Amino acid sequence: MSLGEPLVIEREVKPLDFLSAGETASEFKETLKSLGISAELCRKTSIVTYEAEMNIVIHGGGGRIAMKMEKDRITIVASDEGPGIENVELAMQEGYSTAPDSIREMGFGAGMGLPNIRKYSDELDIDTEPGKGTTLRAVIFLNAGEA
Amino acid sequence: MRLNDIMNLLEAEPLNQKGDFSIDVQCAFASDLMSDVLALAKPGSLLITGLINIQIMRTASMIDMPAVVFVRGKKPPGETIELAGKLGIPFVLTAKTMFETCGLLYEAGIRPCPCSKRWTE
Repeated sequence: MSLGEPLVIEREVKPLDFLSAGETASEFKETLKSLGISAELCRKTSIVTYEAEMNIVIHGGGGRIAMKMEKDRITIVASDEGPGIENVELAMQEGYSTAPDSIREMGFGAGMGLPNIRKYSDELDIDTEPGKGTTLRAVIFLNAGEA
Repeated sequence: MRLNDIMNLLEAEPLNQKGDFSIDVQCAFASDLMSDVLALAKPGSLLITGLINIQIMRTASMIDMPAVVFVRGKKPPGETIELAGKLGIPFVLTAKTMFETCGLLYEAGIRPCPCSKRWTE
C-alpha cells in the first residue's frame, strides 16, 4: 500500500433502511482485505463501522460514514444530523437503549452498540448535541498498542 | 465436524443453496442478540440463531463466521438467502429448538467459541 495520500472512502447511510444497513461495513471490510490488512483489523473496523451504521439507521435519521486509511491507523467517522445523544455516559453503558421494539426484534437495539464500538476501537470520541446531531470518530491502530 | 454431518445430526435442510457444506466447524456461538454476537463471538464459530432477517448474514460476515444454523423451524426471507449466497455463507434450517440444537452439537463434540471476558471497569 502506498504511504502517500491517505485513502478516504465516504458513504451515505439512509435512515431506517434495514435491508441496506451494513453494506458500508461490508464494503470497508472488503477494501481493507484487498489492501492486505490483517483479518483481525478488518474485523475490528467492520464491527465499529457496522454498529455506527446501525446507529445512524436507527437513531440518526440518516447520515454519512467515512473511512480514512493512513499508514499507522484506520479512522472511522460517522456523522448524522439527528436528535443527538442526551447523555453519552449513559449511552456508553451496556444495556442502555432507546431503540424501539421493531429494532430489538431484529437482534439489535439492546444497548450494546456504543460499548461494542468502544471495545473494538483504540480511540473513541463522540461529539453530540441534543437537536443538532452526532459525530463519532473511532481510531484503530494498525500496530496494536501503538499510541 | 463437517457442516454436512451437522445437517444430518440436526435433521436440517439446506434449502436450495450451492454453498460448501464440507467445511469443518469446531466451535459455535448461539444467540438471538446480534450485538452480543458482535461483542463476544470468535471468527470460525458456527452461528446458531432463531432470527432470520438479513442482518444475521451481515453479522456472521463481520465476525468471519463460516456458517449459520437457523433454529425453531424458521425459514429466512429472500433477501437473507440472497445475501448468504453473495457472501458465500452456507446455512441450514432445523425444526429443533436452540437448546436442543446446542445440546446435540455439544454432545457431538462442538464446543463454545473461546469468548473474551466482558470488560470490568
